[in-house]
Amino acid sequence: MENKFTVRGLNLYYGDFQALKNINIDIPEHKVTALIGPSGCGKSTFLRTLDRMQDTVEGARVEGQILFDGEDIYRRDCDVIKLRKKVGMVFQSPNPFPKSIYENIVYGPRVHGITEKKKLDEIVERTLKEVALWDETKDRLNDSALGMSGGQQQRLCIARCLAVEPEVILMDEPTSALDPVATAKIEGLMHELSKKYTIVIVTHNMQQAGRISDQTAFFLLGELLEVNPTDKIFSDPDNIKTEEYISGRFG
Amino acid sequence: MNTREKAIEKLIFICAAVSVAAVALITIFIFAQGMPAIQRVGLFRFVFGTTWSPTNGSYGILPLIAGSMAVTLGALVIGIPTGLGCAVFLSEVVTKRQAGFFRSAIELLAGIPSVVYGFFGLAIIVPLVRGLAGAVAPDAGATGLSVLSGAIILAIMILPTIVSISVNSIESVPNAYREASYALGADRRETVTKVILPAARSGIFSSIILGMGRAIGETMAVLLITGNVAVVPHSIFAPTATMTGTIAMEMSYAAPDHQQALFAIGIVLFVIIVILNGFAQVVMRRFGGAAA
Repeated sequence: MENKFTVRGLNLYYGDFQALKNINIDIPEHKVTALIGPSGCGKSTFLRTLDRMQDTVEGARVEGQILFDGEDIYRRDCDVIKLRKKVGMVFQSPNPFPKSIYENIVYGPRVHGITEKKKLDEIVERTLKEVALWDETKDRLNDSALGMSGGQQQRLCIARCLAVEPEVILMDEPTSALDPVATAKIEGLMHELSKKYTIVIVTHNMQQAGRISDQTAFFLLGELLEVNPTDKIFSDPDNIKTEEYISGRFG
Repeated sequence: MNTREKAIEKLIFICAAVSVAAVALITIFIFAQGMPAIQRVGLFRFVFGTTWSPTNGSYGILPLIAGSMAVTLGALVIGIPTGLGCAVFLSEVVTKRQAGFFRSAIELLAGIPSVVYGFFGLAIIVPLVRGLAGAVAPDAGATGLSVLSGAIILAIMILPTIVSISVNSIESVPNAYREASYALGADRRETVTKVILPAARSGIFSSIILGMGRAIGETMAVLLITGNVAVVPHSIFAPTATMTGTIAMEMSYAAPDHQQALFAIGIVLFVIIVILNGFAQVVMRRFGGAAA
């Protein structure tokens, strides 16, 4: 099994506050890795180090090493734009641009230099089919994305992410703003996507982690306490804290 | 409690009524004072007549309309890119603390009396423009009192309006849009031009309209530096006269007929501003919404 990401000795500081402490983890290709833990434990922060999105936060500082396909993404000459093309991200609340459905999807491809109308049309159709949104939207591609339901918006955001042909999809609690039906659809979608993409998902929802992931990582107070196959974490965790958290004793 | 609330309600109703009454009274007043002149001269000859020479009984204000339009347009041509560039710089490039310094400096601009702008223009801008005009056309003998000087000063004067309203609307663009754009691999230029500015366009547009209103209504500064020659300007180095400047300058010595004609200029100015506002509202309703 190839590892997509290899993280070694990762520390992250916001000013004097250390948000991540000596994180070491391998993220295997074409698997779903779930990051769980109580609020403020650093799991979202960690997720955002993988595509260097925390670079946009003022005052954040990173130490250690994150290898993506064997290359250190924190080295000085790393091309962040290329990295983010390969490592897409889906956010907690659906955040489509205030543009049409079509324009939302072609935004990324256009940024990366695709201008041919026929190609863009193909991308729109392919990605909307991939997220099972094509039948609902094919007749109103020029309508505003903001007129869609929350679940549709989130699927559109996933399609927008797929449009730049990433290898990894990072998801930051992608269903926490959605109702159970929309959540079930997104989870089904993740299952499909994991055949082609490597997925790392932050979730508050333990059942969700159990349903969709192959590997689970438990974070607490900025430390990574345990990484194991999801079956093992939920049946026989190594760390007593993991067991307490999963069985609902805190968090 | 209830009576007190009723009393307060009455009081704030009066406050609202006062402002409406003020607009109504001003409108009635300038129309009452100015209409006789328009009737005497004829609307068409008044608005499109090319000779403004009240002492000879010639009341054509086209040169004044052209003068006002020329300096306003010039101010927008200079002021919009400068103001927008400044707004993007303050909201997207520098840190909040650095932006604070720039913003207070720019907001200070709004507090400077317009006669000071005029004086500054006379002392600094006019000689510069004279030099520039001399370099372009040495034989024309330009004084520097010109459309260009007026436009530059007005551009500086409308900067605070354009910058502060644009900064506010850019900053109110949800951070989620920025993140989505960066996460797709866009750089800052693409994020600003393709996501942030379009999302902030309604605020940016109203900042431009407000700036335009300020420019067209400005009197003292342009009066001092445009030369006050009532001819349709044929180049940016030519002197011109604006509607507002002419009213301010000539009111003190005008004979009754002339005075009515000045009020009639006020009517035209009023109508132009009402049309501008109406236009702005229509455009904002059509393009200003959040969705594309």
